[in-house]
Amino acid sequence: MTPAVRRWVFLAGAAGLAAFYLWGLTGLPGFGHYPGPYGDLINRIAVAQTKATGVVSAINFEYRGFDTLGEEFILFTAAIGVATVLRHLRGERERPARDEAIDRNVPAASDAVRMVSLILVGPTLLMGWFLTSHAQTSPSGGFQGGVVLATSFVLIYLAGEFLVFRRISPLDVTDAVGAVGAAGFAAVGLTAVAMGLPYLSNYLPLGSTPGAVSSSGTIALISFFVGIEVAAAFILIVSELLDQTLLFRQESR
Amino acid sequence: MNTLATVTRYAAPLGLMDVLQVTILVLVAAGATGVVLVRDPVRQVIGLSVYGVLLAVLFLAFQAPDVTLSELTVGAVILPLLLVLTLAKVRRREE
Repeated sequence: MTPAVRRWVFLAGAAGLAAFYLWGLTGLPGFGHYPGPYGDLINRIAVAQTKATGVVSAINFEYRGFDTLGEEFILFTAAIGVATVLRHLRGERERPARDEAIDRNVPAASDAVRMVSLILVGPTLLMGWFLTSHAQTSPSGGFQGGVVLATSFVLIYLAGEFLVFRRISPLDVTDAVGAVGAAGFAAVGLTAVAMGLPYLSNYLPLGSTPGAVSSSGTIALISFFVGIEVAAAFILIVSELLDQTLLFRQESR
Repeated sequence: MNTLATVTRYAAPLGLMDVLQVTILVLVAAGATGVVLVRDPVRQVIGLSVYGVLLAVLFLAFQAPDVTLSELTVGAVILPLLLVLTLAKVRRREE
């Protein structure tokens, strides 16, 4: 195919794409005009039905809880995948990265980075815990909270305290917490089945005040399990990658 | 024919929210273009992080605080972090 023919094929394809794209645009609903009945329905009934004012969480952990369970296991599986791919192979040995450059050491974290990181650890941890435990009341949830919780651990590493990072998040404990989180979500659903209800039914008392932290039954519980699972999964992924970065692996010959 | 313009009905002359939404849409488009145009991977990752923050503001301006939180944590923090770690690993091997 000569360049000229190739160009004509491209131009024809691009013109076709542009035509279909514009045609599609004309069929879109107007900006800000939501056409589906589902959202309007949920908005009307969710707070009364679940006693959760965080309606997005009510959808995630209640109305479509089964989909969220699948999503949680996607992350769980991804973390297992990273841990498996980056595992220590037989015949691989590790040595500290500073051996690589004889004339210079690995630069230490600057005082400014250390200080800002250490100052942020506490508030970040608190923020993560707040988000995880307030899915039922406000826009938050286990996923966001879990990631923020993991970030607070990464900040400890950023402060130059890799050994502390390792000590407060040993891999086997992180693995176990992740597994408990993932299994906890599934177990909440199975408990409902054991009680003779459909899977993931909200069997805990809903409370009477919409928007109270203690209200909404299993929504808060599932958010907690998702939170610790997500935090553990991200800490696991990050520390596996840090291992790769800080330690030089070499095939032993 | 239903074109975008005919269906869209603005209640009033452009409000503050409309200005904010249009501004952030333009910024996001500029940010995405910038990330693609930068060729150095490390700079690209930093740009990606800024782009994540812009997207988070976009979601906030369009009244989706839940998505804002997810985008802020994943798009602006975790994804750049993973990429930087990967780059550090790859570079060490190349040296």
